[in-house]
Amino acid sequence: MNLMMLLEMAAAGFPERVAVQSGGDALTYEGLFAGSGAAAAVIRASGAERVALLDVNSLAVPVLLFAGAWAGTPVAPLNYRLTGTELDALLERLAPVYLVAEDARCADLRDVPGVTVVSRSDFLAQAGEGEAPAPDWANDPDAIALLLFTSGTTGAPKAAVLRHRHLTSYVLGSVEYGAAAEEDAALVSVPPYHIAGMASVVSSVYAGRRMVQLENFSAEAWVDLARREHVTNAMVVPTMLVRIVDVLEASPDSALPDLRAISYGGGRMPLAVVERAMKLLPHVDFTNAYGLTETSSTITVLGPADHREAAASTEPAVRMRLGSLGTPLPSVELEIRDDDGVRVAPGEPGEIHVRGEQISGEYLGQDARTDADGWFPTRDRGWQDEGGYLYLDGRIDDVIVRGGENISPGEVEDVVLAHAAVLDCAVVGVPDEQWGEVVAAVIVTREGQEVSVDEIRDWVREQLRSSRAPARVEFREELPYSETGKLLRRLVRADLMGST
Amino acid sequence: MTEIKVGARLRSAVCSTEVMVVAAPDRPVELTCGGVPMIDMDGTPPAGVELSGEAAAGSLMGKRYTNDAADIEVLCTKPGDGSLGLDGEILEVKEAKTLPSSD
Repeated sequence: MNLMMLLEMAAAGFPERVAVQSGGDALTYEGLFAGSGAAAAVIRASGAERVALLDVNSLAVPVLLFAGAWAGTPVAPLNYRLTGTELDALLERLAPVYLVAEDARCADLRDVPGVTVVSRSDFLAQAGEGEAPAPDWANDPDAIALLLFTSGTTGAPKAAVLRHRHLTSYVLGSVEYGAAAEEDAALVSVPPYHIAGMASVVSSVYAGRRMVQLENFSAEAWVDLARREHVTNAMVVPTMLVRIVDVLEASPDSALPDLRAISYGGGRMPLAVVERAMKLLPHVDFTNAYGLTETSSTITVLGPADHREAAASTEPAVRMRLGSLGTPLPSVELEIRDDDGVRVAPGEPGEIHVRGEQISGEYLGQDARTDADGWFPTRDRGWQDEGGYLYLDGRIDDVIVRGGENISPGEVEDVVLAHAAVLDCAVVGVPDEQWGEVVAAVIVTREGQEVSVDEIRDWVREQLRSSRAPARVEFREELPYSETGKLLRRLVRADLMGST
Repeated sequence: MTEIKVGARLRSAVCSTEVMVVAAPDRPVELTCGGVPMIDMDGTPPAGVELSGEAAAGSLMGKRYTNDAADIEVLCTKPGDGSLGLDGEILEVKEAKTLPSSD
């Protein structure tokens, strides 16, 4: 198994079709295949053992991914916001490495031994002019395809390892070859250093779907590009959908008649946003996808039929599913286990464990976190309803332990967010002498609105147990989010600890 | 009869068909195309073999093929004139899954 097999099949099946376009530039499937081969020859000649990418979404993303697969070198897409010592430290770990960087970045990069820097333009020129060698990639399923650095809460970032067999299994288990119609187009706006960005490349290639890249996300640019390029499919993270819905509501003439499907994931999605989006785009199929870097992207989906059924239902248990992550892919097994590793009954919370060919659970230089039977503990806490629908409580490490009682921050946040004066909210645990930890809430109020600390406490106490009412309530102008819409709780916590 | 491994790639000895093994039984089997045992990608077809008229319905790119017992599954990575078979049984196209696109 090698990712190149997927591209080879696409290039054979629809050679003339546009594979990827960025601004005014484009590559057909045949062109992507030939370019990847030519780039692989350059990488091999450089003597590099790994390749890295420091770029926004551009044609270099798919070319480098497949060139690495062809050359037999792991590919490490890096966060383009990284600078200075952080970046140097990662490059030192990857050396000897062939680094493709956005043109404007090249001049600022410091000399790191073992790093060959090539600008995106030069890289694409070499890929376009060079000759593809014979298809001589190794068919080694255990070879590393991708290294994705995860931002650890403490210490140096870890590199999640995804091997060719993981990514190929993911694609074969979730995508049908050539499933896309000639006119289909997927708008890619998630950054390439995120697993969703990489998954969109391999899935789109195997489906034969044209990828339309958006360099940097803004809701206006997204809507404009979607209209202009007759985009049919898109994957977005929650914060993106919030802004897209805002833009669409503000300008009723910006309809998206070609759009057929939106999938979302990568963070907590407020229910109200999904409902607004479904009302605004009734012709669009919505899919909620849940997955982790270590699981080669998606492991559960809440599909379009589930969305429509839940939205139309008056039965609370069915209606609630709009806020669920859906059910596991047919190729993935999922279990909820308690602290002792015992499988729990429906409705009971615990740690989400998954097993399947696409699950890696491995970090560079460390033993795999999967157990002897192949089960991977996700460190995510959740529960399943009677129908097998999965609900997420949050990260296990974020659970607040107050006097021996486990409190999920998400549960308290949902209640606080339902208050009319609250725009956004983060709940974290802070140390307490009496209880070990107590609940703290940081709130962003809606413009022109106010709410008192006591009002918030009473509001939570009325709906949840009193132990869940925040001992501390603070107000801020905004909350810290990652670029892909993940609330950065460690920063919220650090802020609170610094202000006591 | 040989053991076949998941992830292995094989080609037809009598047409252009190529496959990747997605699921395999843990017993020795004979995987055929066009009625003739398939060979390794870098293997040489034995002399004198030809496409059997009873296994000439062809293979289709990107389709998965399976047997009645559903203990083998191969993905056609290059189409050809021969039909895929296992121990004399012609393999059928496995119905496509309809999963929503999640990326």
